This record gives sequence, C-alpha cells and structure tokens, in this order.
Amino acid sequence: MSLSLNAILAQAMLGLTNGAFYAILSLGLAVIFGLLNIINFAHGAVYMLGAMVALIGYSYLGSWIGVPELQAGFWWALALAPLVVGVFGMIIERTMLKRLYQLDHLYGLLLTFGIALVLQGFFLNYFSTGGTPYPATPAVLKGAVDLGFMYFPTYRLFAIIASLAVCFATWYVIERTQIGALLRAGTENPNLVQAFGVNVPLMVTLTYGFGVALAAFAGVVAAPIYSISPLMGADLIIIVFAVVVIGGMGSIMGAIVTGLSLGMIEGLTKVIYAPAANTVIFLLMVLVLLIRPAGLFGKER
Amino acid sequence: MKTNMMTLALATAMTASGAAQANISGDAVNIGVLTDMTGLYSAVGGAGAVAATEMAVEDFGGEVAGKPINIVSSDHQNRADIASSKAREWIDNDGVDVIVEMLNSSVAIAVQKLASSKGVVTINTGAGTTALTNEECAPLGIHYVYDTHALPVGTATAIVENGGEEWYFITADYAFGQSLEKNTSDVVKANGGKVVGSVRHPLSTTDFSSYLIQAQSSGADVVALGNAGTDFTNAVRQAGEFGITETQTLAGMLVFISDVHALGLETAQGLQYTSAWYWDQNDEARAFAERFLERTGSMPSMVQAGLYSAVTNYLQAIEETGTDEGKTVRAYFGETTMNDMFHKNATVQPNGRVIHDMYLLKVKSPSESERPWDYATIEGTIPGDKAFIPLSESTCSLLK
Repeated sequence: MSLSLNAILAQAMLGLTNGAFYAILSLGLAVIFGLLNIINFAHGAVYMLGAMVALIGYSYLGSWIGVPELQAGFWWALALAPLVVGVFGMIIERTMLKRLYQLDHLYGLLLTFGIALVLQGFFLNYFSTGGTPYPATPAVLKGAVDLGFMYFPTYRLFAIIASLAVCFATWYVIERTQIGALLRAGTENPNLVQAFGVNVPLMVTLTYGFGVALAAFAGVVAAPIYSISPLMGADLIIIVFAVVVIGGMGSIMGAIVTGLSLGMIEGLTKVIYAPAANTVIFLLMVLVLLIRPAGLFGKER
Repeated sequence: MKTNMMTLALATAMTASGAAQANISGDAVNIGVLTDMTGLYSAVGGAGAVAATEMAVEDFGGEVAGKPINIVSSDHQNRADIASSKAREWIDNDGVDVIVEMLNSSVAIAVQKLASSKGVVTINTGAGTTALTNEECAPLGIHYVYDTHALPVGTATAIVENGGEEWYFITADYAFGQSLEKNTSDVVKANGGKVVGSVRHPLSTTDFSSYLIQAQSSGADVVALGNAGTDFTNAVRQAGEFGITETQTLAGMLVFISDVHALGLETAQGLQYTSAWYWDQNDEARAFAERFLERTGSMPSMVQAGLYSAVTNYLQAIEETGTDEGKTVRAYFGETTMNDMFHKNATVQPNGRVIHDMYLLKVKSPSESERPWDYATIEGTIPGDKAFIPLSESTCSLLK
C-alpha cells in the first residue's frame, strides 16, 4: 500500500464518516447512562430499527395500507423514523426499564440485551444479513465532490455534516439550556429535583426516548452508505461501547470528540495495516482502562 | 399344470420383488441441504436451493428404488462450526444419506471431510475452492458446479487479452477468497499480466470504501473482486460512488445472476464473468428455469440449477445400484457420463472434480435486454479439460 499524502487524507475522510456515526451513537449511550444509569445494549438494535423503518416506509408501507404509490422518501424518514423509534423506546422504558432502576446495573444490561436479540431475530426472518440496499437516496445527494485528493461521495459528506450538526445541537441543549440544566440536575440528585416540582420520571422517559431517537436518526443516515442488515447494529454497538469506555461515560463533548477521533484512527490503521483496523480501538480501550479507568474525559463516579 | 404355473408365477413374482428389494439404509433416502439461508450468499443458494432439491425429487417421482425420499435443510450461517455440528447430527441421528449444496468454502472443506469419514457422500454445488479436490480432497466428496480455477481461466484471460495488464485484488479473507486470488493471479501472470497489490476484507462486509480507495491509489488497470454475493454487489455499487469505474475496469471473479439482478443492468452492464450454466443457454435449461421462476420468483443461479442436476443424478445412482451406501454411489458417479439440462458429457474425476464446459458471459446493457432476467449473452465456451486443473496436476492424496 502506498502511504502517499493523498491516500492518508482519503482514508482519514472515510474514517471521519465512521467517526461521525460512532459520535452520534456514543452520545446517545452517554446520555442514557448519565441519566438512567442503564447500560443500553439495545442501542445497536434501535439504530438498525431506524434504518428498517426508513426502508419499510419507502418500500413496503404503501402496499400494506393499500396505497401502493405511498413511498416515504429519505427526508420523511429522517424526520419520522426517529419519532417512531423514539416512541417505541419510551414504551419500552415505561413498561419494562422502569422496574429496574433500583436494582443492579446488570439487570438493565440483560433486559436491553434481550430486547436487542428479539429485534434482531425478528428482522432476520425477513432480511438477509448481507445487506439490502436503501433504494431512496435523494438525487440531490448523489454523485461525488472533488476534494482534490479524492472524489468523495456527496452523500457521505452530508452524513458527516448532519451527524455533527445533531451532535452539537444535543451538546448545546444539554450543556447550555435550562432544560439541559434540569436534566443534569436530575442525574445528580433526582429526589431534590423532584422536590422542586419537576416531573423526574417523565424527564427520564423522554430522555430515554431521545437517546433512542438519536440512534434511529443515525440508522436512517447510515442506510444509504452501509446497506440495511438486521445485524448492522450488533456489529457497530461493540465498537461504540469501546468508544464510550475510552471517552468516559460522563461527558457529552467527550463522547463526540472521542467518536470522531477513533473513527479517524481506525481509518488510518486501514492504510498502515488493514487487518488491525478492527482491533485498534479495543487496544486503545485496554490502554485507557489501564491508565485512566474513568475514560479520557470522564469523571470518577 | 395350473398349480405349477401358479407356483412358477408366484416364485417369479417373489424373486422379482426380491431383486427390487433395495439395500436402502433406514428405509428412506434422506437428502440434507446445507446452505446459507440468511446471509450474504442466501440469494445464490438459500431457499432456492431447497426449492431446486424439491423439484428434483418431485420430477424423479418422489421415491427411489421403492423407498420414499425426504429432504431436510439447515442454515449454516457461513460458519464451519455450526455446519459441522449440524452435519454430524444429521449423519448420526437422522440417517441423512447425502449432504448437498454447502455454499461456503470453509463450510465445504469441513463438512466434506466429516461426511467422508462417516461414509456419507457430499455433493458440493456452491463452494468454490480448488482445495476441495486437491489438498482437502475426500473419498466421497464430489465438487459439482465450478471452482476457483475455472473462473479466472475464463474471466481473467478475457480481461488480460483486452488490455487489463495490472491487477489489484480486493479479496474476502477466507478459504474461497484466498483460493480465488491465488488461482486468478496465476492465470494473470501466465497471460503476461502483473499483480500490483491486494487487500483482504472480512467476510460479509458492507463498507468497501477504504479498500476501494486503496485500489484506486494503486493505479492498476483492473480492480479484481475476489468475493461473491452481497460482498460483491456492495463493492460494485460503492466502486461506482467513488468514481472507480471511470478509470479502472472492475473484474467480478464470481458473479451470479442474483447479483446482476440486485445491481440492475444500468450498473452491471459490460461485466464479464464465467459461469457453468446460464438459464438461456438451450431449450432444456430454459424449460427448467421457467418452472423455477414460477415456483420461487427468481431465475435459478448456476448453483441452484447444478443442485437440481446433482440430486437427480444422485437419485439415478441409487436407482441403478439399488443402494444408498456411500462408496457404491460415489463409484457409480465415477463411471458414468452425465447428460441433462445442466451439463453435457460431464464426467467425475477420481478426486471428485466434475468436468464440464464453462461459459464466458457478458452482462447486457439495458437496451439489449428484451425481458425480465434477460441479463447476459454467452460470448464463448471454455472446454472442460481446459477449464479445470488436469488430474495429473492435482495434489489430492487419493490419487497417489
């Protein structure tokens, strides 16, 4: 392989695409863990659910409700899939997760893991794991942009920009607004916040729904790039967990920055020594756990 | 007189039924279809493979040598360990007499070895590695449809002759991909070409962007895809997104009609590939293909068509020899020439390799296609003795 500057920049751009997805997913995980103390193993599955909702909305929904011409295009899916999946998440929280808050972390992990397996198993009946291509990529986002050192597909550029925009919007809301302040206070001391008249259980439900909606948004954005497979979330969630461990569970900005950087590190490893690309993130995770167990940006709990 | 005639008649009848009393284990012939039902190769084999087997059994009459035929199937999920334990269960507990399909080279190597050690025939219609008839050959294994030597003899030769001299490989990192890359490199070099680099990717990858960028920076004339199924279609689609096809030729080393269908003629037009069978190649093939299309909704791949032929010939072998015992059936295959809608004048070598002609196909452009599934023209025929490794060069230990 040639280590020319162009090749390195090209792989860095590709790594940035992966990194944007790591960022948005680890952000959702960090938010959910921060407020609910739940290690949400279903995060990968709801990412996949978002992509599936987008696919079904385009290819199958019309024929189900008897209006064959109805095809929910990409922009509709981008707006509606997070809502649909977010509501689904809120139902799960209200009916199942709620009962586990006072118990050990392990129960939440097992429940969400079980939910993930059920979702994946369900979709495995209908879709191949090799990937179903997303048919509704908008024409305005097709084609490639000449970056000088490579032709970069327009859609991937859009994916990076959209993910980063959502990440920073979330960071802004949580760190700089009143609602965010309530959320952070609720994390630190839910009883006191409740004593002030804030409906903390509602806040928790909405937060879980929001975290899940973030994952679903990432799923819709990912669909045209990576194809839609029932196991697309399972492959990704392992890496995202490593990202969250490296970044530290407490910090929103930490999750975003770590996700992006690790995506780029993975991309660059692919040029230097491709077979190591899958494992380099885990090697870093081991290193970080040895030196700074709370993560690079995390706070000791 | 009458009683003598009666006794004679009775005696004849008894001996006749005695002769027809075949030596079928478990009083039924059990066929095990081991394939990829949900993964990257599911469109190539999968449910269609089971359908092809069912069609073969139905066309044969539903029973052989007076005994019923049962079909069992299982999803190996492209994992040799899952496949091996299923095969073991089938042979030890369920009395399966033959295991067919397999459709993944690592699965095929493992199952062929296991089955042969237990006296069960395996007919591999899906997997490609030449190892199956060389270093991993087994006494009761038959490698039916194609292998990684025949594919480049067709495709690579044609592309090098057309000016594609420098090759870069994007290969699936397992038995099949490695075998295909090695065989293709040999053919490229033998024709005066050069291999400038290669990169390996894990099986069942959805994002080929970084591999394609590396292929692009190598500056090779040809980017050869040493993979198949959805790996192949994902790579081709993304190659278009990154503008690879504008300056380099894509070489699909293993392409099935299901891939062309998934990609669409707009994307796939001009692709050359080697196949053992194409549904439009003659009247018999067309007749089978139309029935398969009506039954499953898709035209059969060469793997599914090969499976129909393999099962039919297997049942024929049992009918002729009167037994489903592994060694006898395998010996029958070694002595007969097969002629059916799938192949003509096909023979089976002692190492298990089936020798038949291969075809070089080219994908039509959208305007050339006259009906759904009319995807390719047959550009040339490669005679069987040229396509496959000659027996003298095989490294199979059975031949020593």
